[in-house]
Amino acid sequence: MAEMDTSSSGGKGKHQGTKSKKLSTRVDMTPMVDLGFLLITFFMLTTTMSKPKTMDLVMPKDTEREEEQNKVKESTALTILLGKKDQVYYYEGLAQDPNASANPDFFKATNFANKNGIRDVIIKKRDAVAQMRNAKGEPEDVVVIIKADNDATYKNFVDILDEMAINRIQRYATVDISDQDKQWIKQTETANGVQ
Amino acid sequence: MPKVKMPRKSTLVDMTAMCDVAFLLLTFFMLATKFKPDEPVTVVTPSSINTQLLPDSDVILLTIDKGGRVFFSMDGQSKRKKMIEDLNSQFKLGLDTKEMNNFILGASVGTDLKDLKSYLSLSAEARKKSGLEKGIPTDSSNNELSSWIEYARAAQDNNPKLKYCIKADNGTPYPVIKQILDTFKDKKIQKLNLVTNLETPPVGSAAALAQEGKPAK
Repeated sequence: MAEMDTSSSGGKGKHQGTKSKKLSTRVDMTPMVDLGFLLITFFMLTTTMSKPKTMDLVMPKDTEREEEQNKVKESTALTILLGKKDQVYYYEGLAQDPNASANPDFFKATNFANKNGIRDVIIKKRDAVAQMRNAKGEPEDVVVIIKADNDATYKNFVDILDEMAINRIQRYATVDISDQDKQWIKQTETANGVQ
Repeated sequence: MPKVKMPRKSTLVDMTAMCDVAFLLLTFFMLATKFKPDEPVTVVTPSSINTQLLPDSDVILLTIDKGGRVFFSMDGQSKRKKMIEDLNSQFKLGLDTKEMNNFILGASVGTDLKDLKSYLSLSAEARKKSGLEKGIPTDSSNNELSSWIEYARAAQDNNPKLKYCIKADNGTPYPVIKQILDTFKDKKIQKLNLVTNLETPPVGSAAALAQEGKPAK
């Protein structure tokens, strides 16, 4: 392109009538293409095409919830409590019967493990409830009541909602935890040595 | 039969077309790439099996970090402009144009309304150091989050497509989340979206079977 002939011909050259070679005007494009593709790959890798996903959460109105609460039968309900250290506690029914808790096996602890965790509990309860028949002779639907303690994390909360989606539980509600539940959790924690 | 000499073809390939393609793609990616504004906090969201996409527009996003600090962000510069003007006149914050522009072009904000002026006058890095990033107060005695939501809704013109998204960290304590859910409940907003990462449903579970039974969407 802009090259000067620096070969020292020393003035003799002009008498010899050597023609300077005409340089080709074609430029080698290969490095240019390389650069182009390098930049393309960079932008391709930095562009995130995948977007975060969202989970729907529909909260019932407070007034509605009272009615819902009353409509839930003891036999079709499963109450799940979220405690500290990713611990999960559960009992069948709504614990409205004070004598129910007298049974030592009433209040159980588990975790979010894939096997023998809360998922199996939900499935077992769901299938057991599906065997029941209501007054009209239709299969019953399990109702899951979710109560989170103050030590629970957001992860536990999302995980348990996710379990509802995984096991296709149609009816579930998040409810404020009662003092009675807190007390049971504390007792179980001390019994199991969860700090 | 005289021999016909086949002229040997040069092995050089003309790279011009290749180059054109390369640069075409390059310009496309350069234009299509949107750099995200710097978020004040990094949040690791939990994963779930939900496949619904987080929409790009008409979103009010609350980001909550591990410590339970709440940050507010919203899409649309014109909407943000309207919102900050409303907040400014209503709460007599005395913001100047530069501070307002900082809000309009910036990312999430998380501070008390009374500190908003000094907060917006700082750059994103300076905010972190200033100690003003305490998050938006959500406690019942001083629930500024509800005013943020209120003004954001007004700025969005009560758009029916408006979605309320909550993006919280794995380690966020539940009481903070509950406080926010209650705030929404008080506002009669019942449909929320929790931002999660995608994971596949466990093999053999009801959701997985349902997915296999249906053609993939």
